[in-house]
Amino acid sequence: MKIIVCLKQVPDTNEVRINQETGTLIRDGVPSIINPDDKNALEEALRIKAAHDCTVTVLSMGPPQAKNALKEALAMGADEAILLSDRAFGGSDTWATATVLAAAIEKVGSYDVILCGRQAIDGDTAQVGPEIAEFLNIPQVTYAKKIDFKDGKAIVTRYTETGDYVIESKMPVLLTAIKELNVPRYPTVKGILNAYSPGSDNIKVWGIDDLTIDATQIGLKGSTTNVYKSFVPTKSKTNEMIDGLNGKEKAAKLIGKLSDLKLI
Amino acid sequence: MRRKVNQAINLSDYKDIWVIGEQREGKIHPVTTELIGEAKKLVEGTANQVMVVIAGHNIEAEVEKLLYYGVDKVYYINSPLLETFSTDGYSKAIAELILEKKPEIVLVGATSIGRDIGPRLAAKIGTGLVADCTKLEIDPSDGKLLQTRPAFGGNLMATIICPINRPQMATVRPGVMKKAVHEANAVGVVEKISPTLKDEDIVAKVVEMIPSGKKRINLTDAKIIVSGGRGIKGPEGFDLIKALADKLGGEVGSSRACVDCGWIDHMHQVGQTGTTVRPVVYIACGISGAIQHLAGMSDSDYIIAINTDPEAPIFKVCDYGIVGDLKEVIPAMMEEVDKLKAFEL
Ligand SMILES: Cc1cc2nc3c(=O)[nH]c(=O)nc-3n(C[C@H](O)[C@H](O)[C@H](O)COP(=O)(O)OP(=O)(O)OC[C@H]3O[C@@H](n4cnc5c(N)ncnc54)[C@H](O)[C@@H]3O)c2cc1C
Ligand SMILES: Nc1ncnc2c1ncn2[C@@H]1O[C@H](COP(=O)(O)O)[C@@H](O)[C@H]1O
Repeated sequence: MKIIVCLKQVPDTNEVRINQETGTLIRDGVPSIINPDDKNALEEALRIKAAHDCTVTVLSMGPPQAKNALKEALAMGADEAILLSDRAFGGSDTWATATVLAAAIEKVGSYDVILCGRQAIDGDTAQVGPEIAEFLNIPQVTYAKKIDFKDGKAIVTRYTETGDYVIESKMPVLLTAIKELNVPRYPTVKGILNAYSPGSDNIKVWGIDDLTIDATQIGLKGSTTNVYKSFVPTKSKTNEMIDGLNGKEKAAKLIGKLSDLKLI
Repeated sequence: MRRKVNQAINLSDYKDIWVIGEQREGKIHPVTTELIGEAKKLVEGTANQVMVVIAGHNIEAEVEKLLYYGVDKVYYINSPLLETFSTDGYSKAIAELILEKKPEIVLVGATSIGRDIGPRLAAKIGTGLVADCTKLEIDPSDGKLLQTRPAFGGNLMATIICPINRPQMATVRPGVMKKAVHEANAVGVVEKISPTLKDEDIVAKVVEMIPSGKKRINLTDAKIIVSGGRGIKGPEGFDLIKALADKLGGEVGSSRACVDCGWIDHMHQVGQTGTTVRPVVYIACGISGAIQHLAGMSDSDYIIAINTDPEAPIFKVCDYGIVGDLKEVIPAMMEEVDKLKAFEL
């Protein structure tokens, strides 16, 4: 079996601060991490590898420094890492990102399972996985919290707000991971030595010329959506004391306000 | 079926706003009426109509209910192959209809199902999709849909447009938009559609449904958190906190004081040494508002404080404050919520 994991390097949003004057993100000094859901996707791939005979390839589209995320993935136990990096990919929205990733997956060739995270914490869109699946014309199961294989099929438990669905799918299939799926491992010492030893350049880098791709479909120009403006949400506190004759009256006023604000 | 980004289409061929209705096990999901309410707001003053698409099987009676929310038409895609949810079947059937009828805007609920099917639809059709929007407006200058959504964990808001592709598609966060009003008379009609689905089209099949049993506590994703502090006076105080949380569909939080007293598990602790939370509504009951507690909840959208001490620091950071005894205020709040619910469908 062959598994491909799509993994994105993201800024740790817990650390992201906003420049209140310019309304932009302060990225300086903000650590970059492997997107948390993608770590669950990778962990699952490594578990499947341990139980079945297979290889794990990790793919990431991003600037050269995204190599660090791929190195970490190799240190965790991935077999092969490919960075998709090219000026032409810059400014891609989910459509354009999925177009590049799908083209790279086609170049990798054979695969049985593609694992993505459910969503990346910078954009929170959760769209890239399903769009890749559509472009490759393969089935998808999103929000996966348990994955098994039986008789050449994937048996996946997917979360919904009202209960879980058990879904059976032929392969190849694309799955998106949520954090309930597993607890990601730490890299082993041996893995770290292999991945980070000086001179070991074990990450392939592919640019636009390495892929069979329609250049009008990628980057800023190929994106279907554009950011028109961005702004910092204003979170000023109303700071209103609710008065009333007694607790009952105050409670009624409060619930009225919450209801008007559509909060309950 | 996949189209390219530069669709080279005639934008004026596209009209009307469609809501992709969501049904689960034959029951319409509440996000559907929220999307109808929003769509009706967006068509005001234009010639566009509001239409709902709903896929399923043998759910005529449920589908007809939608007509009482002022929609102009419901496309009911009916097939035995659509009886249970499948990404393959639902997205194929709905995408075909969208390509045929050319709506200008398509809204999908940002539920775990909507966020599965939305991107699949957009990719099939060849258009953009904006995820999890919390605000939609029409740009008065050119009629484009301005789609606003949070990014970077809510640190930044972005307004996004889909300039050259159609339809303009968004998934919309549940619980944000105002529900359409239920009217006495139905105006629109239901049009039945038979999709061109075959059994082989459905590759990933639901083989079992497991209704969620006991709820695990999940403070980070909770929209509403009701928290108790030392002011609840003992472990049984959490019965009251829990009752309010359940009524509002929220989770129970706690200050460290109560955890240290052994009144509740550490899983519930909010603050510097507990969980950091950012719900839409945080209701602090009998919590003084020590800085270590505030560190874990001050990013909540709305903070409500109930405390007997008018000088309690929590009142400095709240949106709405009630000086009062939580044992009196909380039961009264629950009564008021019941009254509200009595008006709902
Ligand atoms: C290193 C460190 C880390 C810490 N981390 C955390 C943390 O993660 N989370 C956390 O919460 N705390 C934390 N603390 C503890 C924090 O400093 C406070 O001690 C704690 O938050 C106080 O909890 P409280 O508000 O429930 O209790 P109190 O401060 O005792 O406040 C109780 C409040 O209830 C009100 N009250 C009394 N009766 C009623 C009634 N009938 N109706 C309504 N109101 C009533 C009182 O007026 C009072 O304001 C930490 C402290 C340290 C030193
Ligand atoms: N630039 C990228 N490189 C590799 N994988 C990505 C990239 N962007 C998104 N993904 C994958 O798609 C998932 C969903 O991302 P998003 O749609 O941006 O929320 C992520 O969890 C990743 O698995």
